[in-house]
Amino acid sequence: MKRPIVLLAGLALLATACGGTTRSDVAAQQSAAPPASSAPAAADPNAPIKPGLKIAFLPKQVNNPYFTIADRDGVAAAKEFGGEGKEVGPSEASASSQVSYINTLIQQRQDAIVISANDPNAVVPALKQAMAAGIKVVSYDSDTAPDGRNVFVNQASAEDLGRTQVQLLAEQIGHKGKIAVLSATPNATNQNTWIEFMKDELTKPEYKDMELVKVAYGNDDDQKSFTETQGLLRSYPDLAGIISPTTVGIAAAARYLSDSDFKGKVKLTGLGTPNQLRAFVKDGTIEGFELWNPGDLGYLAGWAAAALASGQITGAAGEKFKAGKLGEYTVGAGGEVLLGKPTVFNAGNIDDFDF
Amino acid sequence: MTTSTERTHARPNAGARAFVDRVARVRELGIVVALLALFGITGAVNPAFLSPASIRDILLNSAIIATLAVGQTLVVVTRNVDLSVSSVVGISAFGGALILADHPQIPIPVVIAGCVVLGAACGAINGLLVGVARVPALVATLGTLYAFRGVDYAWAGGRQVNAADMPQGFLRLGSADVLGVPLPALVALTVLLAVGWVMRNLPQGRELYAIGSSPDAAVLAGIGVRKRVLTAFVVSGALAGLAGVMWAARFGTVDATVATGKELDVIAAVVVGGVAIFGGSGTVYGAALGALLLSGITSALAVLRVDALAQTAINGALILAAIILDRLLAIRVAKALRKRRYRDAR
Repeated sequence: MKRPIVLLAGLALLATACGGTTRSDVAAQQSAAPPASSAPAAADPNAPIKPGLKIAFLPKQVNNPYFTIADRDGVAAAKEFGGEGKEVGPSEASASSQVSYINTLIQQRQDAIVISANDPNAVVPALKQAMAAGIKVVSYDSDTAPDGRNVFVNQASAEDLGRTQVQLLAEQIGHKGKIAVLSATPNATNQNTWIEFMKDELTKPEYKDMELVKVAYGNDDDQKSFTETQGLLRSYPDLAGIISPTTVGIAAAARYLSDSDFKGKVKLTGLGTPNQLRAFVKDGTIEGFELWNPGDLGYLAGWAAAALASGQITGAAGEKFKAGKLGEYTVGAGGEVLLGKPTVFNAGNIDDFDF
Repeated sequence: MTTSTERTHARPNAGARAFVDRVARVRELGIVVALLALFGITGAVNPAFLSPASIRDILLNSAIIATLAVGQTLVVVTRNVDLSVSSVVGISAFGGALILADHPQIPIPVVIAGCVVLGAACGAINGLLVGVARVPALVATLGTLYAFRGVDYAWAGGRQVNAADMPQGFLRLGSADVLGVPLPALVALTVLLAVGWVMRNLPQGRELYAIGSSPDAAVLAGIGVRKRVLTAFVVSGALAGLAGVMWAARFGTVDATVATGKELDVIAAVVVGGVAIFGGSGTVYGAALGALLLSGITSALAVLRVDALAQTAINGALILAAIILDRLLAIRVAKALRKRRYRDAR
């Protein structure tokens, strides 16, 4: 009963939109209709991955090394489960530019769209259209509003990022000494959340000999981050380590330390990319730092898309699916899938990464 | 008869000129006093601020802004402004870094020269718009501020050049010492002395002041206003190109957003340095001291453990204080000149 209505609605829409209907349009509606009508059905965790799934990765911006890696591994995931992946996207990371790509992907009748949203709200109407056409939507890296996607693949939880950075530095300084944080701007939401978790982690007994003496703000500006690093070293001569949970801050601090007498004596860790910090890991300024692995993020998003399109999951909390080499994942509250603990980069593994 | 009248006329004139010279010296002396107070107070609270390593850091921190402030002074003195310097620094830093990373066989001096030429070309666009097409400088350089940055974005396409991509020899330029002075500071000092000498002694320099004092009078006096304004912008652009190279060598991580917003720091340095924003007076030495003072303030606030949230406000208050000082001195000069005119008339 449902199917003819959907078909009729689709035909009516097409008729008003194009003023005519061709045979292939009807065929499109027919092939799109079954997933649309079966969407509300319960998840079947044992459903096999459908062969020949077409999955499109829509990053914030193409030619951005971070997304190039994420999408390369996402496309590789598609190949593993017998599907077909591709990356499309705007060359400029603006909110509106992704909408036309979504519309094109709807017309191409992809099975799933994996998107990193430039703006959480601007893409929602187009994504709703896609979902109405039976296309599954997975957001990764940067979430859309929840009603614009089925599942969000989160690269790392704020709590993990905050706590692991303290753990990483504590190992490097032997759980002892004064430490400081070099953050981005004083009102940066992400950084402030991480810093709260860092402070909480430091209240644990194993850190009783460590003291967070100052949170400095480099405003994600090279020059200001330089000056703030200098200020930390001058005003706390016995500083043991610095955590910089921002890629600009850690690179600037590393550059300053690498040329100063403090090189190797004051430990530096935080969030950065391997390419950015390779020189400083090799010259001994940085022992180790962390970030999620963007390749794994794209890979997991690819599998999540396949699981959705095959009916293994619907995006409800508690559903489980397998993600190839990464193992089994569970959908959390709000349709979130968490990639896991961040990857630590050090002299031993940094050359395995290029982003 | 004639000799005696000349002698009686010459004496008050010479005295007045010496007085004005003294006041002019006081203008820069004001910034020097502010600098000494800053270093004295901060050093008293935390002696580490005056350690050689710390002084070296402050010199390095101010080298880039000082170089830009020297170029900006040339433009401001002609009653114009160059807002696009930060974008020129950005495009030069990214372009230079990209070429060093992708074509390591090109010698470093060639890349540096290329960056300076690129900067000069950007400056020439500004100069043509302002000097020849008569577009107000504020509007023209605001336009090129975005235009140059846009070209930079398009060129970079999200790419970042990292320290590991650039030759070690180039990165060392950003922190190497020559006779105990860091190289970027030495470059800034050389630029300062050279431009300062030209501004004081050569007609090319003096005419910039004439243009800024009264553009119409300058035209009537037969000064090639268009050519001089164009030149001022080209020099400002070239120095911004040079500053871009210094930026890349100093910070090692370069993307398309380099130096965004720095144009306001540069203009602040120029104004704090006693250069009149409406043209006609001020020296490059003052501007360079202004840059040193501003970086000194930022460093001092970081060392003094001032609350991070209050830093920006305090920074602004100190800049305002310096500008008020400058204004008071300007009023004193005007008074002195009025007195002299009154005496001469008598």
